[in-house]
Amino acid sequence: MNWASWSEFLAMGGQGRFVWGAFGFALAVVVAELVQLRLRRANLERAAVAPGEVVDETKK
Amino acid sequence: MLANINWFYFAAPQRFYALAGRIIAPLYILAAVLAAAGLVIGLGIAPTDAQQGEAYRIIFIHVPAAWMSMVIYVAMAFWSGVGLAFNARLALMLARALAPTGALMTLIALVSGSLWGKPTWGTYWVWDARLTSELILLFLYLGFMTLHAAIEDERRADRAAALIALVGVVNVPIIYFSVKWWNTLHQSASITLTRAPTIATPMLLGMMIMALAFWAYAIAVVLARTRLIILERDAESSWVRSLWSAS
Repeated sequence: MNWASWSEFLAMGGQGRFVWGAFGFALAVVVAELVQLRLRRANLERAAVAPGEVVDETKK
Repeated sequence: MLANINWFYFAAPQRFYALAGRIIAPLYILAAVLAAAGLVIGLGIAPTDAQQGEAYRIIFIHVPAAWMSMVIYVAMAFWSGVGLAFNARLALMLARALAPTGALMTLIALVSGSLWGKPTWGTYWVWDARLTSELILLFLYLGFMTLHAAIEDERRADRAAALIALVGVVNVPIIYFSVKWWNTLHQSASITLTRAPTIATPMLLGMMIMALAFWAYAIAVVLARTRLIILERDAESSWVRSLWSAS
């Protein structure tokens, strides 16, 4: 292990905001993409159950 | 054994839907396990860089995301070409499913690179060849998606967007070789196909594991999106109707 303590790990040699900012952004993007897919499927299911509603999200 | 498989069998969206449904969950698990291992190595074990301090650790997401941004574009162009040449419905759906993930990978590469640039170069952004060509890649993805969304007729939209994907692929070698062809602020590649890597072993290991995690994630999420596109396109077909009534 490269670190002596948790605070040292979190500080990242004073560059924590850049390191954690980059990793946090990547995580946020991944979570957003997965949530969006989940919502898109739920929308499809709702439209299938109630015909005549929106079918293709991207086209409306 | 592989020769006995009829690959065209899975070109039918209904069969592809079932096949993809079986491999998505294992791919997500694989991605999570690899990402966990890569993060432990990259953030915990890999030593501090002599020149760049700790900021270099951004490499563990920056480089995999940048690789994926290019790989996904090439895949998108490939399936677009297949779709146009053989009038293959599924190929064009795959191309369309790749675009949002490619755009997000490009965004991660740009933002993480920017956050890496500030502590090492002293600036978030510079109009050098590598950064500019990667930004153009983002615009190509957005152009592909916007064009597809703007055309009412699905088949016309598929074809128009596929053409954009094919034309835009010229940008990928420009991104890749930009650090060789021009004098850029961006450092040159640490890992290439022709030379031994120029970085320390734990760094290399962490980066390769993170790259594999990004691959697994990207394939899983693109397959999941392809399945949704299939459901949208075939919404009126009997197999999709029976699928919903079964759930």
